Amino acid sequence: MKPFARLALLTLPLVLAAAVPLPAQEIVVGQYASLTGSEATFGINSSNGVALALDEINNGGGVLGGRKIKIITEDDQSKAGQPSSAVKKLISSDKVIAVVGEISSSRSLEAAPICQEAKIPMVSPGATNARVTEVGDYIFRVCFIDPFQGTVMAKFALDNLKATKIAILTDVRNDYSVGLTQYFKEYFESHGGKVVTERSFSGGGTDRDFRAQLTSIKAAQPDAVFVPGYYTEAGLIAKQARSLGIKVPLLGGDGWDSPKLSEIGGSAIEGSYFSTHFSPKDTNPKVQDFVKRYQAKFNAMPDGMAPLGYDAMMVLAQALNAAGGTEGPKVRDALAAVKEFDGVTGKITIDGKRNATKAAVVLKVGGQGKGNDFVASVAP
Amino acid sequence: MKYRHTKQIALLVAVILAAVASRFSGSINPYYLQVILFIGINVTLATSLNLINGYTGQFSLGHAGFMAIGAYASAYLSTEKSAGIFQALGGANAFSIALIFALVLLGGGIAAALAGLIVGVPSLRLKGDYLAIVTLGFGEIIRVLIQNTDAVGGPRGYSGIAGYTTLFWTYAVAALTIYVVLSMVDSTYGRGFLTVRDDEVAAESVGINTTRYKVTAFVLGAFFAGVAGGLYAHTTTYINPSGFDFQLSIQIVIMVILGGMGSTAGVAFAAVLLTLLLEYLRFVAGYEWLPDLVRRIASNRMIIFSLVLIALMLLRPQGLFGALPRMAGGRKTPKSQPGPTIATP
Repeated sequence: MKPFARLALLTLPLVLAAAVPLPAQEIVVGQYASLTGSEATFGINSSNGVALALDEINNGGGVLGGRKIKIITEDDQSKAGQPSSAVKKLISSDKVIAVVGEISSSRSLEAAPICQEAKIPMVSPGATNARVTEVGDYIFRVCFIDPFQGTVMAKFALDNLKATKIAILTDVRNDYSVGLTQYFKEYFESHGGKVVTERSFSGGGTDRDFRAQLTSIKAAQPDAVFVPGYYTEAGLIAKQARSLGIKVPLLGGDGWDSPKLSEIGGSAIEGSYFSTHFSPKDTNPKVQDFVKRYQAKFNAMPDGMAPLGYDAMMVLAQALNAAGGTEGPKVRDALAAVKEFDGVTGKITIDGKRNATKAAVVLKVGGQGKGNDFVASVAP
Repeated sequence: MKYRHTKQIALLVAVILAAVASRFSGSINPYYLQVILFIGINVTLATSLNLINGYTGQFSLGHAGFMAIGAYASAYLSTEKSAGIFQALGGANAFSIALIFALVLLGGGIAAALAGLIVGVPSLRLKGDYLAIVTLGFGEIIRVLIQNTDAVGGPRGYSGIAGYTTLFWTYAVAALTIYVVLSMVDSTYGRGFLTVRDDEVAAESVGINTTRYKVTAFVLGAFFAGVAGGLYAHTTTYINPSGFDFQLSIQIVIMVILGGMGSTAGVAFAAVLLTLLLEYLRFVAGYEWLPDLVRRIASNRMIIFSLVLIALMLLRPQGLFGALPRMAGGRKTPKSQPGPTIATP
C-alpha cells in the first residue's frame, strides 16, 4: 500500500468518529484512569465504582429529568504524559461535560490545567495531594488530603501504637509519598516523637530491592516504619524487611489500599496499619449495601478506591441535578455547594478549597483473602 | 550543487507551510491539534536519533534523557528567567513571545547538547550493547536527578509552563532537523558517519577519527532531542520526570527501527504512523458497531499496538523504508574483537 493511502485509511475513522452524533438525551461524562500499568488496581477499582454508581443513576431515571449518563473511559497506563492526551480527547472530541479522575495525584495534576482551561469540572476520586485542587476553581475531589492523612497516621502511631521512634521510607518518585512524609514528620516531631532515620527509593516499578535502605533502618531500631508509598512497593518492602529481621509494624497511607497488597506482601505485611477512606467491614448499612452490590457485579471485595469512584460519580450526578443544566460554570457552582452528601466513604462536604472534609479510617492488614480489620476512625 | 539547493528550497517551503498552517490552528479541534504537534515532535526525536542509531550505528537508549534535559531547561528558562526580556520588549506580544520561545528552545537544545558531550566523550569508546547500557543508565540518572531537584518540582512535576508551542515552531524544527541530518550525511564530511557504521576498523585505518564522528553525531542528536523536549514541555504545559523514562527512549528507538535505520524519510514516516496509531486506537474501543470482544481488546491499546509492531517487524525486518543489505553489512564486527573495544582516537 502506498504511504498516503495508508495514512488516509488511518485518519478516515478519526474523522468518522468525530462526526457520529450521540443520542440527544444522553449526558456524556469522561473518565481517565490507570486501567493498566503499575497502579492498575487503582484505576480498575475506581472505574468499577463509577460503573456501579452509573447503573444506580441510570436505572433510577437518570439526571436532569430523565436524561441518562454515558461514561467514556480513557486508560492512561499509569504513565505521565498520557492524561494530557486522554483528557484533551475527552473534552474536545467526545464533548464531555465533566471529567472524573484520577486516583494518582501526579496524573491529576497533569490533567487539571486542561479541565480548568476548558471550564469543564473535574472530580477526582482519590488524588490526595493538596496542590491538585489549587490548580483552579473547576477542580474538585471527594477524598481527604495528605496533610490530614499524614497527621492521622502520626497521631495513630503516637496514641495507639505508643511509638516514639519512627523510621521513614519515602518513594521520592511520587509526589503523594513525599507529601505524606512531610506532614507525618511535622505532626510526629512536634508532638514528642522522633524520626530516627529517613530513607528513600524510586517507586513505580523502578526499584525492586530495598535491602540497603532497610538495613540502615534496622540499625536505627525504630518502633515502627512509615512507608507512604503504593501497594506494589509496600508489599515488597514488607517481605524484605521481615527477612532482614525488622519485626515492628509498617505504617502506610491509602496508597496501600489494594487487594494486591496482601498478594504481594503475603504474611509479611500482616499486622501493619494504613489509613484509608473506607472499611468494607464497616457496619453502616450504606457501606454494607455498597459492598453487597459491588460483590454481586464484580465478584470481588471493594478496596478503598472503588467507593471513592462511586462517591465521585454520585456527587457529580447530584450536582448536575442541582445545577439544572450541563454548562460548566453551573455544574461548578453546584459542586462547590455540596454539603453533607451521604456517601459510602462518609459524609462529604466540599470546602472553600474544593476539598472534601470527612473522617479517615485506620485499617490493620489481615491475611490474604481475609480482608483488613477496622482499627480506628479519625475525624478531621 | 543543484541538489543542495533543492534541499534548501524544500526547507524554506516547509517552514513557510508551517507558518501558514499555524494561522489556522485556532479552528482545529484542540485534541487533534495536540496530536498533530506530537507528530511533529516525534518526527524531530526520531530523525535526530536516527543520526546516532541509524547513520552512525551507535545504539543509544538515552534519547528520553536528552529530551528531559531540554524540556526542563526550556521550561525553567521560560517560566523563571523570561520576565526581564518581556519587560524590555513591552510585555507579552507576538514578537516578544516568538523571540523568547526561540531563545528558550535554543537554551534547551544547548543544555541537552552539553549533556550529550559529557556523556558522549567517555562512553562512545564503547560499542554496541555496552554503549546501549551506558546510555540507558544515563537516561535514568537524568530522571532521578530531576526527581530530586526541588526547584523544578521534583516528583510533583513542573506545572504552569506557558503553552507557546504552535504548529509553526513544531514543524519548522522538524523540517530543520531533517534538513540538518540529510545535509550532514550527504556531505563529504558526513560520509564519515556511514563509514563508522559500516566498518569502524577500516575507517580508522584510513585515518578517520571515529570517536570524534560518534561524539558529533551524539551531540547533534542530543541537541535536537533537547529542542523537541522544549516543544513538548510547552505543548502539554506540565511535565513530570516519570514521563521521561526508558520506555520513552525505547519508543523512539522503535520508530527508528520500524522506519528503517539510516533512512530519514522512513523514520519520519514511522514517527507519524506510530503516533497516529496510538491515538487512533483510543477510538476503536468507542465504536459501537464493533463486537463487544473486539472493543474490549481494543480498550487495552498497548496489546494492539504491540501486535502491529510484531507484524510489521515480521513482514519488513529491515524497516518500512530500510535497505537491508547495507544494514546487515554494517552490523558485522570482526570476530577478533569481542567485548568492549577501546577505539584509539
